[in-house]
Amino acid sequence: MYKFNYIKVETIEEASSALSNNPEAKILAGGMTLIPTMKQRLASPEQLIDIRQVNELKFIKSDSNNVVIGSVSNHYDVSSSDIVRENLPSLSKLAEGIGDPHVRNMGTIGGSITNNDPTADYPAACLGLGATIKTNKREISADEFFVDLFETILGEDEIITQVSFPIIKNSCYMKFPNPASRYAMAGVFVSKSDSEVRVAVTGAGENGVFRWKEMEDALTSNWSSSTAESIKLSPDGVMSDIHGNSDYRANLVNIMALRAVENLSNGS
Amino acid sequence: MPLVEIEINGKKMSSEVEERQLLVHFLRDDLNLTGTHVGCDTSQCGACVIHLDGNAVKSCSMLAIQANNSSITTIEGLAEENKLHPVQEAFKENHGLQCGFCTPGMIMAAVDLIKRKPILNEKIVREELEGNLCRCTGYQNIVKSILAAAEKVQA
Repeated sequence: MYKFNYIKVETIEEASSALSNNPEAKILAGGMTLIPTMKQRLASPEQLIDIRQVNELKFIKSDSNNVVIGSVSNHYDVSSSDIVRENLPSLSKLAEGIGDPHVRNMGTIGGSITNNDPTADYPAACLGLGATIKTNKREISADEFFVDLFETILGEDEIITQVSFPIIKNSCYMKFPNPASRYAMAGVFVSKSDSEVRVAVTGAGENGVFRWKEMEDALTSNWSSSTAESIKLSPDGVMSDIHGNSDYRANLVNIMALRAVENLSNGS
Repeated sequence: MPLVEIEINGKKMSSEVEERQLLVHFLRDDLNLTGTHVGCDTSQCGACVIHLDGNAVKSCSMLAIQANNSSITTIEGLAEENKLHPVQEAFKENHGLQCGFCTPGMIMAAVDLIKRKPILNEKIVREELEGNLCRCTGYQNIVKSILAAAEKVQA
């Protein structure tokens, strides 16, 4: 690992000013991606700003319409929260399937979303539920937030403070994990509210997480398993790598989407 | 170099650390607590699992300085005087190890698991061992040991 200096902050304000004072600094939350990346010398920030113990960013609450999660809440906090389990069981299950127990004890929701790994789980929940991501500067809808592989709309001095998920009981996440890494080979988050159907796909897109509009439109006009079964994702634009080519991955997406719709149809 | 204050296995200590020093290297090289192992160094194998403020984490994937003002338990801190922890006892009784390299991480993971989910079955144990690899592939007896330990802790 290259040398860097380290500061620990206790408030969002301290984090914001440290970050705007040093454009070469990186925010460190759980570090489950950043530290391994630095170990491999693929990242070499001049400074780390540790926000893991900023208490005002560690909370989970709900009102009648939303579950709101502070950005340094770790995956175990989310998966074990009664508030999340009662209001958004799909999100609770998603958090429980990230990495392994030790990673879930450190990795944070804010870190996962900021990093926007194309095979991460949380971006699918954000897009699939239509979440609102709040930073130290503004509020951003999930639809605008995710830009490309490992790229978001966040400015250099912006830090996620919380994520607000609309409570949509009719929602389900189905994931085909890579058997070794548990990252998604294909993960599909489906939600059906009074106003719309959303289908978000992670693990497969060449440009990262995306909404599968064709499937959304088809399910909006006719919600059924047979509709889900009849729509097939084109392999164009689907990732192809050592773990699976684009045809294989597109098929996994089809199957995960079908399973999510079947699960919701049987449940309601 | 910055100073860290950490409570390790019940004892408070302070030490200077370089910012980039990993927690596992601090434990092994500076404190000579070599029970915590480095298996893969790429966050996959779980041989380095310790408890940070009571929760299992991988000490190869965090910096020593991140643990400042925390409390850490390593495999050396589980037994009380000469009495093994019930999970250690169960691994001994059920032959839950072959070469023993993954064992410290397995045991630290198991203690954390039993604390979070006191009622266990084989399926849950196997799922929860996602973050710990045994290259001897001795999982059968590891799972058996953890189930036996959970029962003992329950009783």
